[in-house]
Amino acid sequence: MNAMNHSEFRQDIAPGDTLLAVDNVTLRFGGVKAITDVSFDIRKGEVRAIIGPNGAGKTSMLNVINGFYHPQEGRITYRGQTRSKMRPHVAASQGIARTFQNVALFKGMTTLDNIMVGRTLKMRTPFFWHLFRHGPAMREEIEHRKFVEEIIDFLEIEHIRKVPVGKLPYGLQKRVELGRALAMQPELLLLDEPMAGMNLEEKEDMCRFILDTKEQYGTTIALIEHDMGVVMDLSDRVVVLEYGQKIADGTPDEVKKNQKVIDAYLGVAH
Amino acid sequence: MDLLFKIFIDPFLQMGAMPDLLVQTLWEGLVSGVLYALIALGFVLIFKASGVFNFAQGIMVVFAGLTLVGLHEKGVPAWLAVLLTLGVMLALAVAVERVVLRPLVNQPDIILFMATFGLTYVLIGIGEFIFGGEPKQMITEELGLPRGAIDVAMLGGRVTFQKIDIAAAVIASIMIAALAVFFQYTRIGRALRAVADSHKAALSVGISLNQIWAIVWFAAGIVALITGIMWGARSDVSFALQTIALKALPVLILGGFTSIPGAIVGGLIIGIGEKLAEFYWGPLVGGGIENWIAYVIALGFLMVRPQGLFGDKIIERI
Repeated sequence: MNAMNHSEFRQDIAPGDTLLAVDNVTLRFGGVKAITDVSFDIRKGEVRAIIGPNGAGKTSMLNVINGFYHPQEGRITYRGQTRSKMRPHVAASQGIARTFQNVALFKGMTTLDNIMVGRTLKMRTPFFWHLFRHGPAMREEIEHRKFVEEIIDFLEIEHIRKVPVGKLPYGLQKRVELGRALAMQPELLLLDEPMAGMNLEEKEDMCRFILDTKEQYGTTIALIEHDMGVVMDLSDRVVVLEYGQKIADGTPDEVKKNQKVIDAYLGVAH
Repeated sequence: MDLLFKIFIDPFLQMGAMPDLLVQTLWEGLVSGVLYALIALGFVLIFKASGVFNFAQGIMVVFAGLTLVGLHEKGVPAWLAVLLTLGVMLALAVAVERVVLRPLVNQPDIILFMATFGLTYVLIGIGEFIFGGEPKQMITEELGLPRGAIDVAMLGGRVTFQKIDIAAAVIASIMIAALAVFFQYTRIGRALRAVADSHKAALSVGISLNQIWAIVWFAAGIVALITGIMWGARSDVSFALQTIALKALPVLILGGFTSIPGAIVGGLIIGIGEKLAEFYWGPLVGGGIENWIAYVIALGFLMVRPQGLFGDKIIERI
């Protein structure tokens, strides 16, 4: 994985420092409040989990972070820069990659092409050369192809390189989606329920890939997950949402003992 | 028995008896085939990038042609008029992206399709307002396109090639080849296919929908201009030309909505098939089959290969 070691990220944020801060964010759809006054931070190099019952606003939170939604109130600060409105493709160009709850792949394209698309932003050759698919454009294509093959190795999906992803079983599609996100060499990787609908073996594989990603590339990861076993094993810190509000924030152990969290998950007698 | 003979045997006997006529028919089929391919190409470009059948492609052809001729009438030199028309098509692409497509991101395809209907009538309105509804002559000579014909003696007869047809075939072929390579094998081509497949996923990897759509509509605008010049040179530039958009449908069904090579092969099959059918089988039903035979061929194809000859395989996991 040589190509990945000399990554292009500016190294001005040391591990453990705040990479992204969410301050008092409120998101409304008409009269419905999806998120109310939520604040938390994501530190560089950690695995940060966002958990909560269904409808707690977890996915909305992720959509706010990568620019699909724009909150009515509050601030998002990424790498020390506060932003108001940001489009998803700008978020991507600043190093935020993500996967989706219900897999968003390019179904008609092969695994290889899907992951190659993840390299789009890294390709720099001017438009002109692409017209002829020659010279610099060709060299660049080969270079990126090499990188993509490394990711394919890493995720152990060599056997499905040329298969249109629409034909693949769900577990593998999720892996391809992770591959596409990794191809962007993200600084911050957002995973929306990476283990949903997987069997035990697939879950274990996915856990391993997530941890390896963190170890090998120093990628910061924020993930939403329902499997509590997985969350508690994987993550360094956990933030818990319920009805769009933050009810707890801390290490897995702290969160597990929090009475509000226990109530939210087990229900409480009134 | 006599009818069967007339359908299955007689036409081929005629072809054998007068090979020069066959060559002439094939040539004319080829030329209209290339032009169909050109129109179909405009559709394919936009379909690939947004999954939308752009009903406005036909009127874009007319609009580009009218702008070119209109500018020339105002005294602008021909080459400058071409450049200015390209500028107008670019402005149109950007405007369509801004006003029509951007507010409709992530909407179902049918909504976008309806939006292109609206666009058609807006363009008709603007076109008639600025240039009037009268048919205009294409400025063939000023653009340096050749006129006249070449007669070639061959196979015991004479075959006539219109020079403008030769030029049309050559220019269209170059255009098609360049676009095919560009959109099939480059980063932007891949981004395009990605956008067509899923807006959401494309955004998440950093592809700017706005930019891609503007590029694609501009490319379709360029194709429209060239189509306008070529078709305009063969007849005239009028609003009636927009119905050639409907001729592109059977071509697309044959070739596949998502395939540039498909548009070419489909165009050629329809063009040549039409002319052969008209000339050799037409007399059986009193002629005039050129207008509908294309749709019959397309219908037959739909039953066998709904995705077309080269279209993306339709994949659905249940």
